[in-house]
Amino acid sequence: MAGRFARVLSGNRRVGILSLIGAGSLTVGFFLNREQNVNAGANVRRIYPASAEYPDLRKHNNCMASHLTPALYSKLCDKATPNGYTLDEAIQTGVDNPGHPFIKTVGMVAGDEESYEVFADLYNPVIKERHNGYDPCTMKHPTDLDASKIKGGLFDENYVLSSRVRTGRSIRGLSLPPACTRAERREVERVVIDALGGLKEDLAGKYYSLSQMTEQEQQQLIDDHFLFDKPVSPLLTCAGMARDWPDARGIWHNNEKTFLVWVNEEDHTRVISMEKGGNMKRVFERFCRGLQEVERLIQEKGWEFMWNEHLGYILTCPSNLGTGLRAGVHVSLPHLSKDPRFSKILDNLRLQKRGTGGVDTAAVGSTFDISNLDRLGQSEVQLVQTVIDGVNYLVECEKKLEKGQDIKIPDPISQFK
Amino acid sequence: MPFGNTHNQLKMNYSAEQEYPDLTKHNNHMAKVLTPEMYANLRDKQTPSGFTLDDVIQTGVDNPGHPFIMTVGCVAGDEETYDVFKDLLDPVIEDRHGGYKPSDKHKTDLNPDNLKGGDDLDPNYVLSSRVRTGRSIRGFCLPPHCSRGERRGIESLSVEALGALGGDLKGKYYALKDMTDDEQQQLIDDHFLFDKPVSPLLLASGMARDWPDARGIWHNNNKTFLVWVNEEDHLRVISMQKGGNMKEVFNRFCTGLTKIEELFKAKGHEFMWNEHLGYVLTCPSNLGTGLRGGVHVKLPNVSKHEKFGEILKRLRLQKRGTGGVDTAAVGGVFDISNADRLGFSEVELVQMVVDGVKLLVEMEKRLEAGQSIDGLMPEQK
Repeated sequence: MAGRFARVLSGNRRVGILSLIGAGSLTVGFFLNREQNVNAGANVRRIYPASAEYPDLRKHNNCMASHLTPALYSKLCDKATPNGYTLDEAIQTGVDNPGHPFIKTVGMVAGDEESYEVFADLYNPVIKERHNGYDPCTMKHPTDLDASKIKGGLFDENYVLSSRVRTGRSIRGLSLPPACTRAERREVERVVIDALGGLKEDLAGKYYSLSQMTEQEQQQLIDDHFLFDKPVSPLLTCAGMARDWPDARGIWHNNEKTFLVWVNEEDHTRVISMEKGGNMKRVFERFCRGLQEVERLIQEKGWEFMWNEHLGYILTCPSNLGTGLRAGVHVSLPHLSKDPRFSKILDNLRLQKRGTGGVDTAAVGSTFDISNLDRLGQSEVQLVQTVIDGVNYLVECEKKLEKGQDIKIPDPISQFK
Repeated sequence: MPFGNTHNQLKMNYSAEQEYPDLTKHNNHMAKVLTPEMYANLRDKQTPSGFTLDDVIQTGVDNPGHPFIMTVGCVAGDEETYDVFKDLLDPVIEDRHGGYKPSDKHKTDLNPDNLKGGDDLDPNYVLSSRVRTGRSIRGFCLPPHCSRGERRGIESLSVEALGALGGDLKGKYYALKDMTDDEQQQLIDDHFLFDKPVSPLLLASGMARDWPDARGIWHNNNKTFLVWVNEEDHLRVISMQKGGNMKEVFNRFCTGLTKIEELFKAKGHEFMWNEHLGYVLTCPSNLGTGLRGGVHVKLPNVSKHEKFGEILKRLRLQKRGTGGVDTAAVGGVFDISNADRLGFSEVELVQMVVDGVKLLVEMEKRLEAGQSIDGLMPEQK
């Protein structure tokens, strides 16, 4: 898995690959024809110079807007990936959503694996900014899903209420949610549920298609907090990810409700391992085992995940590259959360706080969602260890403050190991 | 460049059956017409500017519709869409526009002198009068498909043309992205300001891309003639005033439109129009005249009459709340307008509104006086 870059061509995908090459030539052919038609005076699309097409980003505050100069736009605007994905499509979400003075969004997505190469001149500085200096040109991303390396990971359950690890995986050779056709999306669904159907024992489970689930099934999934709905965030809808909803979308979970896979939401798959309580070690162990098993099952059928040694696992949003991993807990910190040093402590531990509703929610009472800040440049094992060590420290602080003792701000931990 | 779907060649790697959308829960005109066979026949086509079948239908796939409200479910990305995808759009048009056939011809009549009456609607009942339509500039892609460069080109041509209007049509353009807070507040108070579409019907077609770039509002100093630039269509043209003098509203509407068209022609541009479909607009529901002429009218008694719906149907009128489409009436005040767009001329449609509203007001007065309206029931127009 790690270190392999060459695509595996299997019988059932050969037609697809050859056609992709053909599609590239056809795309080029179409552009050539278009220009000829314009010269001939036929009533076709007006072609404007790049300067007339350059978006107005003066009121924008996102990573794409910070790096997309007119010169860079001009250089990239006529290019397309072999599937036909263009720069304008990649940046549409960032043009449509100027951002917020305090929250800097990424402002662009990938339509396929090749986007990250064809438009590297824009993705790379965006990745570097978003991932705190990680340089895809020179640095390599470590992948490590060996859960046995984890030390500790059993939290004090008087404080830690639940533990969860999530990531995403993309199926190589199929376009990503912003650009996929209906047939490609259905193919992703088919490949993934075929593999999930092969999971056994504690991982054995069932798939619930969004378009076919019964009312009871839907209610159960809502009660279990498993159901995802059509995205409403304009960040996602402007990127085209919600097209054809709910076609080929669904939720798979194991019978024990501790391992969950979302199909065709923001990524081909989102994989989640979770349980109540503080046994992060077990959560991560199941996470790794499940992921590796799914990978083995798709490889049996000639498929693989999108991955390369610079960007790690390839996902739709550049913010999720690398591990795509967010490991976190819901933890009660009534004293610590009121301490003015709380934010600094989190920063130094390379952790992030969210409300218990997830990103963009506020904490309720004093229960926080605490998770890793980083995604790219450190391995899964390293990031989960960071969360384990960090949460242990936070709980220790909480206990000290309870007893009236003082706490210390820890030294900042180094970022790229 | 296009919105998500137009790398059509990739789809050709999959069979039509694999790509055909799931329309089993859908209730819109597109879903009624688009069989798997039709999808297979049309899916490899595209207009010269690259608009494809999937682009046409995306909004209808994403918005299944409502059991009671039949939406169109498709849009055009350019003028040629109506030709290249006529196998789909002709039956949609026929269904939506009361049986309008592919061989039918549409009459355009913007001569306000041909309107009889309309200057005497009772202002005790008719609170305001308004006529709107849309226009598209030939040679440019429509809002679902246009690039930023094209959209800015449309804005710049439109602002130039509107800037040359004089007399009572003289006015000013307010670009959405440059307006000051004061200007914005004034436009809101005047009920002129349009905002980024929130309807998923519009968003799913890609019309709101790059908002608010190259969008704006122009209105004359008298605030009776208003043009929206690059909202759902290239241009939406509105003539309106308080009271019941629909004749004056329609006069100004025709004069203004005709002048604007002359100004465009002087620069070598014309509006999209043909003798079969009339004026070509983004949504097939707005073809022909693209005209909605209407009034805000007090009908608290008539509206409660059991035959209200039937009366409107026979008069070829439609009711809406005073917030416009999809709103409910408040305090017995209704927005009453023509139901048709295509197959009748502008004069004919406004005549129907004028005659129909006159009759409704007459009925309202009778019911107020406790009299019956049975003798006033109209024939089906």
